[in-house]
Amino acid sequence: MIPLSAYVAVSGILFVTGIVGVLVRRNFIIVLMSIEIMLNAGNLNLVAFADHLQSLGGQVFALFVIAIAAGEAAVGLAIIIVVFRGKIATNVDQINLLKW
Amino acid sequence: MTSVFFVYFAVVSVVSAVLTVALRNPVQCGIALLSLLGHIAGLFVLLHAEFLAAVQIIIYAGAILILYLFVLMMLNLKSEERYVHRRYAWYVVGMGALSIELMLMLLASNYAGVKGTATADAIEQVGNSTAIGILMFSDYLLPFEIVGVFLLGAIVGAIVLTKNPTRADLEREPS
Repeated sequence: MIPLSAYVAVSGILFVTGIVGVLVRRNFIIVLMSIEIMLNAGNLNLVAFADHLQSLGGQVFALFVIAIAAGEAAVGLAIIIVVFRGKIATNVDQINLLKW
Repeated sequence: MTSVFFVYFAVVSVVSAVLTVALRNPVQCGIALLSLLGHIAGLFVLLHAEFLAAVQIIIYAGAILILYLFVLMMLNLKSEERYVHRRYAWYVVGMGALSIELMLMLLASNYAGVKGTATADAIEQVGNSTAIGILMFSDYLLPFEIVGVFLLGAIVGAIVLTKNPTRADLEREPS
């Protein structure tokens, strides 16, 4: 039997990897992919605790998270396409109009 | 036997997450993300969430990742010389410290909690997807409806953002 903390440890490592990706990479699409990694880590946590506490609520919420991730990917990629088509920027750190 | 599968899925998913963040070519990052999603689905199976594993493969790997790859092919990105942030080492060190802190907190916690009624045997009798469906359309009906409205908004937003303005639109616009 696998202990719960093993799943939570895997989920924590995945989440930290996703944060590093968001902070470090300059490419728009990779940043969005790192957000997907973080959402997956959260899902894994939800399902692990659903199994541990013997309650299905976590699995239902993981389904909702997957739906939200689909919407986020669609809108985020649409924004990326607009930015590239308008030749506004090619990297994340070039969009700094609001920076002071 | 279960622990062998767990170690395999855990190690490969962590490795492919690191590859997703670290690889230079965006298409290779997408393929690494595909591997990550597949192995997370394997972990879901180990956690008695078979329906969620199937949904993960169908929606994440089948729909979301294909969307990413379409956009990558459309934009025709070149893999750049300087593909990470200028001071990335600081971020990596800080996040490494954060993950060590997380692991220490994990060791200290005892995972107490009230056990529910949905034991593995009880779910086995009706089937995983039936149990999830009954719960989703009774207790979680309101969040389900909200997700429906959210997805409609996402569709409309994506279409409006990426639509090319036609000549009629441009003429109607006050200058």
